[in-house]
Amino acid sequence: MKNILQIVLEGGLKSLIVIIGLLIGVAFATLLERKVMAAMQKRRGPNVVGIVGLLQPLADGLKLVLKETIIPIVADKIIYAIAPILTFTISIVLWSVMAVGVQSVFASINSGVLFILAISSIGVYGIILAGWASNSKYAFLGGLRSAAQMVSYEVALGLIILSIITYAGTINIQEIMENQNKIWFIVPLFPGFLLAFISALAETNRPPFDLPEAEAELVSGYNVEYSSTGFALFFLGEYANIILMSVLLAVFFLGGIVHNKILGAMKGVSMLCSFIWVRATLPRYRYDQLMYLGWKSLLPFALLIYVGVISMVLMIK
Amino acid sequence: MLVTFEFTYILILLFISLALSMILFFLGYFLMFKVAYEDKLMGYECGFDPFGNARGEFDIRFYLVAILFLIFDLEITFLFPFSISIMSMTLASYSIMLIFLIILTIGFIYEIKKGALDWS
Repeated sequence: MKNILQIVLEGGLKSLIVIIGLLIGVAFATLLERKVMAAMQKRRGPNVVGIVGLLQPLADGLKLVLKETIIPIVADKIIYAIAPILTFTISIVLWSVMAVGVQSVFASINSGVLFILAISSIGVYGIILAGWASNSKYAFLGGLRSAAQMVSYEVALGLIILSIITYAGTINIQEIMENQNKIWFIVPLFPGFLLAFISALAETNRPPFDLPEAEAELVSGYNVEYSSTGFALFFLGEYANIILMSVLLAVFFLGGIVHNKILGAMKGVSMLCSFIWVRATLPRYRYDQLMYLGWKSLLPFALLIYVGVISMVLMIK
Repeated sequence: MLVTFEFTYILILLFISLALSMILFFLGYFLMFKVAYEDKLMGYECGFDPFGNARGEFDIRFYLVAILFLIFDLEITFLFPFSISIMSMTLASYSIMLIFLIILTIGFIYEIKKGALDWS
């Protein structure tokens, strides 16, 4: 029986490891994105700070922290401060149940998938609150668009995740990875993988679905009034979510991280790279097209896949 | 007992990350020098002075999407227990679930025909 002090100490140390690892991961994910995009457009990308630009994310972060925080007079000050804090906190807490190996996980709870679905829904609040509290037309429109988009694609993503847990027979993330020992779920559930990939792009507001940040119409969307660390928190939260989504796709469809940690990490990074690839390749959607795609294509298809999976599982049984 | 420990860890992580983000936010707010004047603190509106109410009105379709989302998210929540315990399901429970899905689909088709999802 552990005593409370022991639990708190252990939890605190483990939390620090998770947070530091995540922050370093986010920093280098941004560098990866810029480097890969540059390579795809025949440029060099950042190459001045540090060796081949390796210290660029640190310099960027330092620059953001040294900026001046401007809070607009018309803004709701308290909600304005809560929004980025909420976004960042949620995106870290989501990582608590992400297993990076069958045994190595921060908190091995039995219902990891449910936890991720539940907590990631709260992430919408950060965006809505930011758009509302800024009291600016652009931020408000960006927040509304972003929330409607995330909410629409969450349904399709939820249905695909339902198919996966039906197929795996468990909502424990580690067990889902173990169940893919014989065959990765991408083989029997390939259409589901495609839908999940598209939904993941839209969930994280990535191009071609980066409508909230459409520079040409909304300047920067919900975070237009944020500067300095407020903006940095949004930025960090967003990239933490992107990495989470790519690792989640790797866990659900590509066998996850089972024995070889390097191989497992490469699966996640390959998903991340394909996110970047999509960004470098595709033009942005129009908003009505985005909504049509979400509700009239992805949702019926996801429902069909779900019905197909439950029929198949019952027939095999 | 083990499970309670795990949720305690998550709670600790929640508090630590909350503290970290608050420190970051207020560090930027209190430490850096501030020069404030009216034009700078005004809301951004492409160079114009902001006019009108920023929260005046918005498209009703955002509201419709939110309502539709409520229904379908509830549906997913209902389907969760069924999906996990599918190994102990019979043909009868399967057909009941199909009827549930068909009713939802009929409602969804009705929504589309009514034009709730027409954006242009």
